[in-house]
Amino acid sequence: MDELEKIEGNERVYSLNLGPQHPSTHGVLRILLDLDGEYIVKADPVIGYGHRGHEKMGENRQYKQFLPNTSRMDYLSGMLYNHGFVLAVEKLAGIKVPERAKYIRVIASELNRISSHLLWFGTYLLDLGGITPFLYAFDDREQILDILDAISGSRLTYSYCRFGGVSRDVDMKFIEMTRAFLKRMEARWVDYEDLVTKNVIFIHRTRDVGVISLELARQYGVTGPNLRACGVAFDVRRSEPYEVYDRFDFEIPTGSKGDALDRYVVRFREMQQSCRIIDQALEHLPEGEIMTPKVPQKLSPPKGEVYTAFESARGLTAYYLVSDGSPGPYRCHIRVPSFGNLNVLNDVLPGTLVADAIAILGSVDLVIPEIDR
Amino acid sequence: MGYFKDIFNGGLSLIEGMGVTARRLFRPLVTVQYPRKKIPLSSAYRGHIELKIFGESGTHKCIVCLNCEKTCPSGVIRVQGEKLKEKGPKTLTSYVIDFSRCSLCGLCVEICPTSTLKYSREYELVGETWADCKIDLLARLARQVEEMEAEKKTQGIAA
Ligand code: SF4
Ligand code: SF4
Repeated sequence: MDELEKIEGNERVYSLNLGPQHPSTHGVLRILLDLDGEYIVKADPVIGYGHRGHEKMGENRQYKQFLPNTSRMDYLSGMLYNHGFVLAVEKLAGIKVPERAKYIRVIASELNRISSHLLWFGTYLLDLGGITPFLYAFDDREQILDILDAISGSRLTYSYCRFGGVSRDVDMKFIEMTRAFLKRMEARWVDYEDLVTKNVIFIHRTRDVGVISLELARQYGVTGPNLRACGVAFDVRRSEPYEVYDRFDFEIPTGSKGDALDRYVVRFREMQQSCRIIDQALEHLPEGEIMTPKVPQKLSPPKGEVYTAFESARGLTAYYLVSDGSPGPYRCHIRVPSFGNLNVLNDVLPGTLVADAIAILGSVDLVIPEIDR
Repeated sequence: MGYFKDIFNGGLSLIEGMGVTARRLFRPLVTVQYPRKKIPLSSAYRGHIELKIFGESGTHKCIVCLNCEKTCPSGVIRVQGEKLKEKGPKTLTSYVIDFSRCSLCGLCVEICPTSTLKYSREYELVGETWADCKIDLLARLARQVEEMEAEKKTQGIAA
């Protein structure tokens, strides 16, 4: 809270800094709010506090040396980012991937998506003042982290995929653990519905709050659950199926109004759909190799460029790589979904109550380090 | 009227939520009292790297090819070797890692031609200065060999 009062005409406008160290911004985000009494008249997100230069780092190292960076941009969906990067490089270098590795990647990615949504679920309700769901969600998330730890050796920064496969094979124990998790979640969805989704207080808190109209979403390039909450069934897994997503039967949940409640419901149902995908992938998990033999240690793809989009937990994410034939990319650009999802707040926040700002900010599920990267 | 109905409905859904919490009261605890109780590490756990001890020679197999040093994205590894024998590879004289910068990516473990690197199972690491994060793997290896021998001896006495 600095810069106390500005006088604009006859109006008294009060400037308030939300962040950069606000507990509900999940990362270092600062939003400059201009207030008129209890109402927000202007919102101006300031980004860049967590800039580490990941894109530049990518251009200064070999392709495989960028693998650890991928899980550090969006630390909640590290597996998805890791997956997307190997997809891009494989496309660039024309590497084939064994079927088994594809299935393992899909299972790991979907588990990661659930863990990311669960964390959002917990922290969003914490932002709104409910502590209990947070503890339950973290308990469930812990199961996923254990499963992913068992295959990759790390809880968040996986660095698990390799060009042409994955670094470790999965065993029966992994399959059992995953099955047990799916079974456990069936009962938990019911609990969560009783505890949160059906809760009248929660519904009143989020219904018609922070409506993102379809037009606005298009203007700002909003993707992911936030766009689907407006009623558009756009999901990269369906529109441009990568890996083996075209073989699975799953729905794309959509909302209708684009308010915070719709966004909540869409994410909630997405977790259930991810469970369905995992179930099918486990069913059809083929035997065989997990790595393509003869991928050179020092990979130098032919000259050219590649753009690969994938669906991370927050929306359409993409890698754009340009190769000049050397062992490292000439240009490495990453399209992150949170950037559009954050900037739409420029137009969504004005006119709302300052008390709703947190309810809106939380509902779009931002991860700031991926914007700053 | 709607106002009171809202309050009533809100109260009802609160009670329903309480029901979920009440059911949870009778489930086993999920937390662990950490320093007193520990969870087993996963078999894939990636700690900082260390040199493997091979049974037949009782030591590592590093040939000082510097592949690990060159492939490390963060410049963590410093390997030094000397040419002691006329023929054959150099002998390792120092292997130091700066763990504060390691991203645990595993590239060094994968690239080593003699597979002499592995992940340790160390996770209780504390350091107060930067120097504390520097780990001398050769010294660590010597310590481990000593411990192994001591263990063998005690076992021999017991048998
Ligand atoms: S794990 Fe990665 S960062 Fe750590 S020493 Fe090995 S190559 Fe370097
Ligand atoms: S890659 Fe292996 S053999 Fe070569 S210097 Fe490193 S540890 Fe020694």
